[in-house]
Order: sequence, then structure tokens, then C-alpha cells
Amino acid sequence: MQNPYLPYPVRIEAIITETEDKNLKTFKLVFLNPDDEDKFSYNAGQFAELSIAGKGEIPIGIASSPTEKGFIMFTVNKVGLVTSHLHNMKPGDIMGVRGPLGNWYPWDIMEGKNVVIIGGGFAFTTLRSSIIYMLDPANRPKFKDIHVIYGARTPGMLLYKDELAEWEKRDDIHMHITVDATDDPNWKYNVGFVPTITDRKAPPGNADTYAIVCGPPIMIKFTQPVLDKLDYAHDHIIMSLEMRMKCGIGICGRCNIGKEYVCKDGPVFTLDQLNNMPKEY
Amino acid sequence: MKVIKIDKKNWAEGLERSSRTYRLFGPLEQDGFHVFKALGDGELPNLDVQNTRLSPRSVVYPQSEKMFEFTLDEKQEDHHILKEVSKDYSPRAVIGIRPCDAKAFLLVKRNFETPEYKDPYWLKSYEATTLVGHACSGPCSTCFCTTAGCGPFYEEGLDILLVDVENYFLAKILTEKGERFIVAAGWEIEIDLPLIDQADTMKAAAEAKITTRVSTDRLRDKNTTDLFEASFWEDVAFSCINCGTCTYVCPTCWCFDIQDETYGLSGIRMRNWDSCMYSLFTLHGSGHNPRDAKVQRVRQRFMHKLKYYVDRYDNGIQCVGCGRCVRFCPVNIDIRRVCDLMNSFES
Repeated sequence: MQNPYLPYPVRIEAIITETEDKNLKTFKLVFLNPDDEDKFSYNAGQFAELSIAGKGEIPIGIASSPTEKGFIMFTVNKVGLVTSHLHNMKPGDIMGVRGPLGNWYPWDIMEGKNVVIIGGGFAFTTLRSSIIYMLDPANRPKFKDIHVIYGARTPGMLLYKDELAEWEKRDDIHMHITVDATDDPNWKYNVGFVPTITDRKAPPGNADTYAIVCGPPIMIKFTQPVLDKLDYAHDHIIMSLEMRMKCGIGICGRCNIGKEYVCKDGPVFTLDQLNNMPKEY
Repeated sequence: MKVIKIDKKNWAEGLERSSRTYRLFGPLEQDGFHVFKALGDGELPNLDVQNTRLSPRSVVYPQSEKMFEFTLDEKQEDHHILKEVSKDYSPRAVIGIRPCDAKAFLLVKRNFETPEYKDPYWLKSYEATTLVGHACSGPCSTCFCTTAGCGPFYEEGLDILLVDVENYFLAKILTEKGERFIVAAGWEIEIDLPLIDQADTMKAAAEAKITTRVSTDRLRDKNTTDLFEASFWEDVAFSCINCGTCTYVCPTCWCFDIQDETYGLSGIRMRNWDSCMYSLFTLHGSGHNPRDAKVQRVRQRFMHKLKYYVDRYDNGIQCVGCGRCVRFCPVNIDIRRVCDLMNSFES
């Protein structure tokens, strides 16, 4: 019997400090046993449990894309015991990864459709995975227009800044980067909260357009009325939830919303589904 | 199904013989109360207890269980890599388990064995366990098993059902596991038809003694969000002190936590029973907590057992009517009353 609690051993290959407050770091991990990489076959939108012997496990969205081979990548906000320890680890250190876990963004349903990605703050990790996935030459023809609305408090708080700049230069993706405020005279992108920029830049909703929304509760609260105004049907608005988790496989009992376990039945739900679930998240 | 009778004179001897093949567990007195514990040499389970305070779930699912071990010593080649620990999954038998507690394992199994994931610790323990049940001739006043999908002589979930008839145990052998146990115990296969009639009469009498009931027939059709937002939750939760006793004594509660413990350079990853009654159960790293308030946690416990489980598995409620939570709740919260509130709720 396969033990679903046993993590694959991995080595930290690189650590990148993403944000100016140094609270977000990206960890590039390499499997110690090459076979494990094949077993860890994932889709954009899934998460994994990062395991540190002696400290515990944390559920973190996978920031790398299935089209990127040879490593997996996670961007981690420093908040608690495990994340604080992880932030002090060094390249070469050994840890574990358990997964992939949960469901993913509905790539099969979104095929042939317009995709609008709306992200705020550090909830951009699985969205990065999604963008890299869609922009892969083998996948790009499968999608129509791609819009990305991504905001952070300041320019220095944006994740993946080099890649954002690269995507800005392309003509097969419409980037709408924004910050809440900045005094940087060289800032050449938008200024304003994500809901405001969504209102201005997002294409109108229709049967052929899906929005993936990830961000802090306050952003989601004010973005939803904008999407309603733009005529997005609730089954065309896709969201990813966070919960305290332990097992990650729907067994330990803590991450439920109603009868659904966020770890196993989620973390991805449509707004339509969430409307019919208890408001307990 | 075979039915045999065991002369009580041969009871101790049979158990002794079976203990060569099985690790035996049964109700034993501890600090003035009974719990299911491993039987020592020559020790006999006390079958006179109505039921134990704690359910026997710990025989299959220990309160604390080691999952993995590791070393933090960087001089070791496998440092910081989790390794499986060896475990004793040799045959074990629980003697004197009540039918409700045995049925509870079947309900819990739906959580630990799913099409996608199988919990190896729980399943291997469960597979290794033979459940030798003891029919209840004198149920407690808090028992409501007959309307909770179970009963004092209920057989599903058991491998053997013992009925205490004067100088004999009538043993219904319900599964192959049960048959293997009888062979290991070496009890003579002897059938006594009048005894079977007597057991049937006892069964009817025991069922008649269970007078408290729950109605569950309308739970399935209720709208989850309406029930979730019902106004009675504040009232139900008002007296709750979130002590967690209900979840601790319950045979069908399964939630657990995973924790690492280290001593010097060696460590283990373990799992411990957890409880939805505690706010830490759902506290996010950010400080946000979806079940921060007591009323949310109380609602979660009852909604899980009586609505979410019902909807998820379409196989009844996650309760066998053992009545422990009713008996041991320090503030007299009664699942029977809550179940009726839910079942009769109109939005």
C-alpha cells in the first residue's frame, strides 16, 4: 500500500528573495530521486505539502509550471513556524515535498476560450504557473485572448518581476500590472487597486471568457461586483481557496467547507459552487 | 453463518489458546472506569460493563501514532529524509466490543479508504483486527442505536457476535475472520437450536428497552446553507465550553493533527487525535480563522455528523447512537435534541 503521507526527498537548488520586504522567497527544489519527478506529475493550480523534518508541513501552491522540467518551485510567505524555518534554510539543504494535491484550474473547459487572470499580492503563485503553462508554444494555440491583471501594494512587492517585464513585451498576452501607489517616477504601468483596473481593462464576460481570481479577501470582495457588472457568469469565475491543512488528502478533517474538503475537492472552485456552500472560509 | 455455543467453563481456556495467535484487547478496569486495553497473560475481559467511557477506536487508531522517523544529524547520509517505521500489524482481536462501536469502524472506514487515497496506518490496523462483539441485553438510558442505523444485537461490522445466555455464550460467526478466531480458540462447534430461539427473544427484548429515538429521515433533503444559517445554533452552542469531551469519547470521530517531535538529533512525525472543538484546529498562519467562534465549532461538529457526512456518502448519519457524548457532556448538550432540531428545521 502506497503511503500518501510520505514526502519525496528534495534538495533546495536556489532561493530567490522576491519582494522588498523580504517576506516572500521562491524556493526551487530538485528531487533527490529522479523517478519521483515523474510521479509528481501536476497541473497548474495544484498545491503540495512542503515538509521540513522536525518542523512539520505546510500546504503551498505550486508556482512552477508542468511545462518546466527538472525542478519544482514554490513561493512562500513567512508567517509561522515552518515558513520561518524555511526562510532561514540554504541552497543544498534537504527537505521533502508531498503531492501534487488538490484539483486544478479547469484547463479542459477553458480550451478555446479567453482567459482573464486576476491576481493580487502573493496569491500570484499558481497564476504564474498558469501563465507559463498557457504561453508554452505547445499550449498557446489552445487559448484565445489572455489577459493578466496583477496588482501589489508597491512595485517592490510584485512577484516574478523579470518575468512580468518579459510578458509585457509579448503580443500574445495582455498584461495589466498595477500597484496601489508609488512615488517611483519611472513606474510605467498602472496605478490603482485591482478591482479598479479590472473595471477598466478586463474584457466583458461572455460564454467564451473565464476569469481566474486569486488574491486577498479584500480584493476578492471588491472585484466580484466588477465582474458582475462586466457580465461574468458565476460559473465562469474560478477561484482558489486557502485553509489550514494537515493531511492534504481529505482525511484529517479540518479544511472542510460544508461537505467539501478544500484540500481534495478544491482548492479550485467556481463562484457558482461557492455560492451554494456555507460561508465558512 | 454458523452459530455455535460456548460453555462459559471453556471461555478462559479458549481465550488463552487464541492469545497464541492474537493480541487480545478487552474492557479492563482502570482508575475506576473501564477502557479497552491489551489483555495481559491470563487476564480476562470484563464483559459485565454496559459500555466503556472511551470507545475502542484506539485499538485500531491510537490517540498518538508514530508515522515516520528521521535524523537531523548531517553526518548521516539520509539526514532530514523521512523514513517509514516498522509497525506491528499481527492479528489482534477485540473481545467484548459492543455492536455500536463495531459499526462505528465501518462509518470511519469511508473516511480512511477512498478511491483516491488510502490511509495505510488505519487500514492495516483495521485489517489485522477481529471484532468479537458482545450483544447488549441491558442498554443504557442514553442509547439510541436502534434509530441511528444500529442496534443492541446489530451484526454488521462484527466478525463474531456473542450473546450471553445463562451458562453459555451463543456465538454467531459472521465472517471468515470470525471463523479463524473460533478455530484459534479451539471452542467446540456445537449448535443448540433452543438457544438460538432464546437469543432471538433476548434481541427483541433489548431493542424494546431502547426508548429514546432520533429522526434522521429528512436530513438528506435539507438545504445545507439554510441549515448552516439556522437560528438555533446560538442556542445549541450557548452552554458549550469547547472541552472536546464529545469528540474524545466518540467512536465515529476521526480528525487528527500531524506534528513533528525531536529529541536531540533524532525525530519522529506523529499523528494525534484532534478535535473540531478547538480553535487551533482551523487557525490559518495569517491569523484568520474560519471557525473562530464557539458557535461555529459546535455547528461544525453536528453538521459534519448529521448533514455533511449524510450528503457525502449517502449512507446514513455519522453516529451509531452509543450515547457517550450525551452521558459525558459536562453541560448536557444532547445530540438527539440537535438531530431533531435539524431534521425538523424549516427555513
